[in-house]
Amino acid sequence: MARMKFLCDAERCIECNSCVVACKNENDVPWGVNRRRVVVLNDGVPGEKSISVACMHCTDAPCAAVCPVDCFYTTDEGVVLHDKDLCIGCGYCFYACPFGAPQYPKQEAFGVRGKMDKCTFCAGGPADDNSDEEFAKYGSNRLAQGKLPLCAEMCSTKALIAGDGDMVADIYRERVLKRGGRPQTWGWDAAYGSQG
Amino acid sequence: MAKQRKIRSRHAKIMLWSVVAIMLGATLLPLTGYLYVGITTATAQATQDANPRANYWRAVREGNEGYVASQGPYTTNTLIQNGGQNWRQIRNGPISTFTPWILASVLGLIVLFHIVVGRVKVEGPISGRLVKRWSLGERVLHWYTAILFIILAITGLSMLFGRAVLIPLLGPTGFSAWANFSITLHNYLGPFFFVGILLEIVLWMRHNIPNADDFKWMATAGGLLTHDHVSAGRINAGEKLWFWVICTFGVVVCVTGVILNFPNFGQTRETMQIASIIHAIAANLWLAMAIGHIWIGTLGTEGSLEAMTKGRVSAEWAKQHHDKWYEEVKTKET
Repeated sequence: MARMKFLCDAERCIECNSCVVACKNENDVPWGVNRRRVVVLNDGVPGEKSISVACMHCTDAPCAAVCPVDCFYTTDEGVVLHDKDLCIGCGYCFYACPFGAPQYPKQEAFGVRGKMDKCTFCAGGPADDNSDEEFAKYGSNRLAQGKLPLCAEMCSTKALIAGDGDMVADIYRERVLKRGGRPQTWGWDAAYGSQG
Repeated sequence: MAKQRKIRSRHAKIMLWSVVAIMLGATLLPLTGYLYVGITTATAQATQDANPRANYWRAVREGNEGYVASQGPYTTNTLIQNGGQNWRQIRNGPISTFTPWILASVLGLIVLFHIVVGRVKVEGPISGRLVKRWSLGERVLHWYTAILFIILAITGLSMLFGRAVLIPLLGPTGFSAWANFSITLHNYLGPFFFVGILLEIVLWMRHNIPNADDFKWMATAGGLLTHDHVSAGRINAGEKLWFWVICTFGVVVCVTGVILNFPNFGQTRETMQIASIIHAIAANLWLAMAIGHIWIGTLGTEGSLEAMTKGRVSAEWAKQHHDKWYEEVKTKET
């Protein structure tokens, strides 16, 4: 079984934010909730780098470890999903996540957040595949249709790659060999451990 | 003869120094390998330090901030925040491990103490004369905070231990419903509890300033073990101690609770992680001490519960536990 991974090549990302738009449109994500975002480091100075970041679908997911209602689960393909019917919007996953992936529709007094929403690797949720209920709660389930996440599919410079970790690694290795230099993939160790 | 001896002693000297030199050489020479490794790794280190990209991503790992075009209340410009992992490890580690043990040992010790030493009874025949101890206002305030404390303790513990304890009992859906109810109740009642704590501090502070009697009382733990009579005014040192626990732990728990309860104030994730850790530790220690308070006020001392429910105590109880206060009341009455 494939182990799904995201990879953003900082040498290629041009901060066009197409991945953000693609994600919002494909999954019908409301305003203020950003399943994916592009962070620009050293903005406007030489050596500026941008990185597109969403849920990294960690092997040892901190969100799942701290969830008081245990609503997270990892699919056979290594995608970390959660059950919105169980989520109580406590915000713990947002405290724990290194990447700032968990999002909530509200931020109000008395800790009112609404149900957590995050990147699903375009794999929907626990509801029936591609049902209306699944789309309303979790967005598109492209994986069940045999497609990969739209953010990566849409990436104009192919900086963002998504798919089976082995294939992603092969593509990236080839790039590094052609480019020269050593792999500096951002976030890989933090999400998947150094054995990758 | 003398010459021969001289030669022999020179030979002995040469032999001795040769052995020393060989020994030294045998011990020290192999160590030069370390020197070689040290020098080569130092050079490798230097080349690594020279790679600016490594430092660039090292800064990201340490949580530096960038620019993000997307906007939302939870959309951050930090790529990797490290605080979360610490928060996870402290919450799921020491806090979750030690709290049940602390609470269980306190509960166990009290049960054991109750069985072994037993209840402090009111001595002598009851005359039926009553002394007013707590006003209606004081009693209302006490039970207002006490009931909120118990609700907050149960709902708070559900959030910390429900996953381990209640999911096996209620199932994921059942516990989710309970947790949803718990967190809502906890978040909405918390500020009301804060008001109760502040009122208690303001109204009862003047009765709880320690005096000389309190040190004597403390030295014998109020006769807890011996059931001796220790001189005390209206509020004894044990009660004062509990008051100051409320002043410190109560304020810490309430302030950190407000920080967690109002994410709309714009506090950072890091602030909330720290607040959450302090909140959990202080609240659980406070709960452990509250178990002692509840025991003393109900089963531990005969006649104490009536003081807080009916507001009056028997004259005998007053004389036994608060002799100086009893004298005061008596002289005031006559």
